[in-house]
Formats: sequence, C-alpha cells, structure tokens
Amino acid sequence: MTSYLTEPAAPAAQPPVQREVAVLAARPVGAYVELTLAAPEIADRAQPGQFVAFAVGGPMTAHLLRRSIAIAGVDAGPGAGTVTVVVAPHGPGSTWLAQRRVGDAVDVVGPLGRPFPLPDPGVPALLVGGGYGAAALVGLASLLRARGSRVLAVTGAADAARLCSVAELGEVADVVAVTTDDGSAGRPGRVTVAVAELIGEAGIAYACGPMPMLRAVADAATAAGVPSYVAVEESMACGIGVCMTCVLPVVGEDGLTRFSRSCTEGPVFGGDRVRFADVGALPWDVVGADAMGVVAP
Amino acid sequence: MTALDTAVDMTTALGTAPLGSPVLTASGCSAFGQELEPFVDLAGLGAVVTKSVQLRPRSGRPTPRMAETPSGMLNSIGLQGPGIEGLLAGELPWLAQRGVPAFVSIAGTRVEDFAELAARLRGVPGVLGLEVNISCPNVESRGEVFACDPVAASEVVSAVRAAADPAQPVYAKLSPDVTDIVSVARAVSEAGADGLSMINTLLGLVIDPDTMKPVLGGVTGGLSGPAVRPVAVRCVWQVHAALPEVPILGMGGIRTGLDALQFVLAGASAVSVGTAVFHDPSATARVHRELAEALAARGFSSLREAVGYAHR
Repeated sequence: MTSYLTEPAAPAAQPPVQREVAVLAARPVGAYVELTLAAPEIADRAQPGQFVAFAVGGPMTAHLLRRSIAIAGVDAGPGAGTVTVVVAPHGPGSTWLAQRRVGDAVDVVGPLGRPFPLPDPGVPALLVGGGYGAAALVGLASLLRARGSRVLAVTGAADAARLCSVAELGEVADVVAVTTDDGSAGRPGRVTVAVAELIGEAGIAYACGPMPMLRAVADAATAAGVPSYVAVEESMACGIGVCMTCVLPVVGEDGLTRFSRSCTEGPVFGGDRVRFADVGALPWDVVGADAMGVVAP
Repeated sequence: MTALDTAVDMTTALGTAPLGSPVLTASGCSAFGQELEPFVDLAGLGAVVTKSVQLRPRSGRPTPRMAETPSGMLNSIGLQGPGIEGLLAGELPWLAQRGVPAFVSIAGTRVEDFAELAARLRGVPGVLGLEVNISCPNVESRGEVFACDPVAASEVVSAVRAAADPAQPVYAKLSPDVTDIVSVARAVSEAGADGLSMINTLLGLVIDPDTMKPVLGGVTGGLSGPAVRPVAVRCVWQVHAALPEVPILGMGGIRTGLDALQFVLAGASAVSVGTAVFHDPSATARVHRELAEALAARGFSSLREAVGYAHR
C-alpha cells in the first residue's frame, strides 16, 4: 500500500446554522466584491478552510442551487460577529451576490466543510492561493502565525485585477510572493515558480484555487516530502452533503479510493490523496465502480 | 406555531403506516437524513425517504453531475450509495436511534435485486416501508426503466410485495416519461403496490454553448425542481381520478406549503420535498408549517379532508 504524507482532515467541531443575515459592507476589490456579513453565530463557529453557502436571487428565484464560497475572514470579537467572503461574479448567481449592497439580507448556511488541519506549533508553512482562492488562506495565515509558524505566502492570478488578499496576507505572512500570468503584477508566470523556490523551507503546504494549481502545488509538496492540504472548489448544488454532485476521487485512510463529497468530506483534502488525474472519470478501483460495470483492466 | 396551524390535524398514512406529518424528504435529495440534523427536527418529519439503496456499494457516475436549469436542475448522480450492508449497519440504526421513521428507497437492475433488498429490510427497526425506485433515469439502460413498461414494472412490484415485511407498505415510484401513466399506475397497483410515489425526474439534457458538448458526465440527467411541478400535479391528478382508492405520495418541485397543497388537492395524501432542500435545508419543516396554515385558512380541520378535494 502506498504511504501518504497526510491524514484526512477531521470534521469541524460544530455544526452549521442557517440564517438570514445583513450585508454590513460591500467593497469592490479588483475583479471581485468583498462582502462583510453580520453573522455572529457563523463567525463564532468558523475555522480556516470552511465555507458558507448562499441562496441567490431572492425568495422566488429561478436559481435554486446554493453558491458555496470560502470564508475569507472572521471577526468573532465582542460586538463584532462578522464573516467576510470574496465573490467572483461569473454566472447569474454570483453576479446577483456581488450586487448586494449594505443593508440587504442574504440567506446563508455555514460554516460548512472541514477546516485545514494544523501542524505542530512552529512548523513553517507555505500557503498558495490562486485568484480569489487566496482569500480562504488569510485566516489560516493568522492562526499559523499565532501558533509560532513562519508563514510563506504565494498568491497568483491571471492578471493584477484577479489577485486577491495580497495586502491581508502581507500583514500576517513573513514572505509574500506574487505572480501573474501576464506580468501585470509581481513576477510574470505561474505560482509554481515561487512554490518551487519556497517548498524547501516549509514543513507543510496549503493551497486554495483552481484545480490545476492545486494539483501542481500538491505534486511539488509531495515530491519534496512535505504534507499538503488543498481546499477544492467543486461545483456544489447544496453545500451540506445531501446532493452528491461535488464528488472527487480521494484516497481514504484505508487506502481505498472513494467518490468523496467536497462539501462534507472536504473542501480540505490531503493533497496527496486527491487523484487529480482522475477527476471527471470513473477509475475501476473507486469503491463501487464494479457495480457501475467498470472492472479492472 | 400559531393557534391556526395547530388546529389542523396533519396526521396521515402511507398505506397502513401512520405518519405524524404529511411532509417527507424525497429520495436522492436528503441523502440518509443525517446532514439535515442541524437544520430540522428529523423526528418531526413524516419520514426520511432514503437515497435509493442497491445490493452492492455504488460509486455513481463521474462528474460533472449537475447543471442548474430554469427553476430546476439536471442531475446525473447514478445512485451513489453504500449498498444494503452499509445501510443496515450505519444509516438505518442512526435514524432508528433518533426515532426518525425511514421510508427506504430500493433500486436494482434485476427483479431479483429488488426482491432481495425487500427481504433484507424485513423487520428492520425504524423502517416504515419501501419505495420501489423503478423509475430512476440515471441507470445503465437510461430511458428503458422498469416504470416505462407496465409488465416489467408489475414484475418488480409483485416480487417486492411478496418478499417484503407484510407490515411495511410498498410504494412504487413512477416515471412521468410515459405515454399513459394511469396504465402503469393501474398495473403496479394490481401487482400489489400499497401506494404510488409520483413523480421521479424527467430525462433531460443540457449542452454547454462554450464547449458545445453535453454538460453532464452522464450526458443525460434527471430534471427536478419547480420546473417539473405542473407535470407532477397532472400525474397525481390523472392517477387519483382513475384510481381514487390508491394512496399517493406526491413529489416534484414542491417548494412551499401552497405547492404541497396543490398535490394534496390533486389527490396526494403525503408529499416529499426534494430539490428545494438544496436551496433551503429547512424546507421540509417550513413546508409542513405553511401547509398547515394554508389548510386552516381554507377551513379544513384535517389534511385528510383536503386529499383529492380538487376533484370534488
């Protein structure tokens, strides 16, 4: 049996809640909109790596599926109780969400999913964010720093407008490397260039962003003998574990591959446990593939 | 709870099995109930209708498995599930420990599979009854589901009724993708079905204009959500008109209490809330409350009085 560098992420300590909450702030950030929500019960429960799921379009909406978005920041202090998300408008649902203004109410469920597992205090960590995925790493960076870790952050995007959370990461990370595909900010090229340079200094790696980037970071970390955790962004209908649409082939603790739900068994998976090459396929050795008529070659 | 809604007697039944609420989850839309625990009082539901179980664990289909459509969605999950062993060891005891009635949906590719599943579920604590999924479009044979053929559908239902616990009502889940749903309903009723679940999803297809290929990994998928509701209400209406003595569990796009009321007025004695749960995880409890209020506002003192009222 192959040995793995990671243990599967553990479930969150507290269950989610469903609340109608008010938008406290809506701020354009490059190509995105940052929404701050008055959601004290979610703020109290949230841990880095978790996400929230929004209903979009109002009570009579024709868009029934929840939009799941990573939690970018939490202020759980007395009298605060806010949760921040970064919305990337690309379809009708995310565009509706990005158009919310101060005082608007939104129906939100959270916190959802499994948080990032943490290393022993003091273990240096590499955090890699792609596009708005970087927002999901800000809370983790703060937590790691508070536990005595040196934090090395890499954030990359297609262009400067699609970079995210660079300033926020800069406040807590020891190093922030920025890359853009078109060279409009930071170094030209992909995050992998910076990852290759920094992975040797890290005892653990974390990544959030598009699937090809997660795969590249996980591969680089595994090749360097460094455990990695990736927060995936699969398409989800519900976010709470009932629809079964967001599955990925993931190797479990027992060494068997299952179609695992990105919402309740993720979104944080061991980087060496996600079978990136098989996403969108049904390999014969996935548990239950035989019942689908897929057999060993 | 207001005084208004507590005044309405909401009790009903699935065949011989009494229900405290006429609102159930829908198969395939609430997994096995556990994930809804933070959002609703599961024991207050009529029952949790489980995701369809088969004899062996199933991986389901590769992704992408869903596409959002106007007031609905297309899914191609392919009945991912733990298999009957897993269900008996894990999910069913979990529900039974919490006093949550389970209506177990069973599926298979052969008549014998259905019968064996029914036999395995005999006398299992907390299992209220069986919903026989002869109509899932996401199976190997696609359009050729049992429920599209009255003879094949009857064979399955007859085998299940013979093998099942006599105390567990057997409901046949029908497909709307047929020319004459009444003939299928009549055939399965004569084959021993204690009731009918209507409707399963409609077979659909979405093509991505950018890739110019089907969106779903499984190419076609099952259409659900409010978009299919008028089709579902029509099916319930036609079958209740033809077979008024056969109990109906109605489902298909129910989102509010008034949606549920349409099914009841058309002839359903209980309803399942499916895709709406993806939008609102507390939808089942809300639909119960709204239905009770709607019945009270229309002068009904019990749900039973309203069943089939639109035909009278």
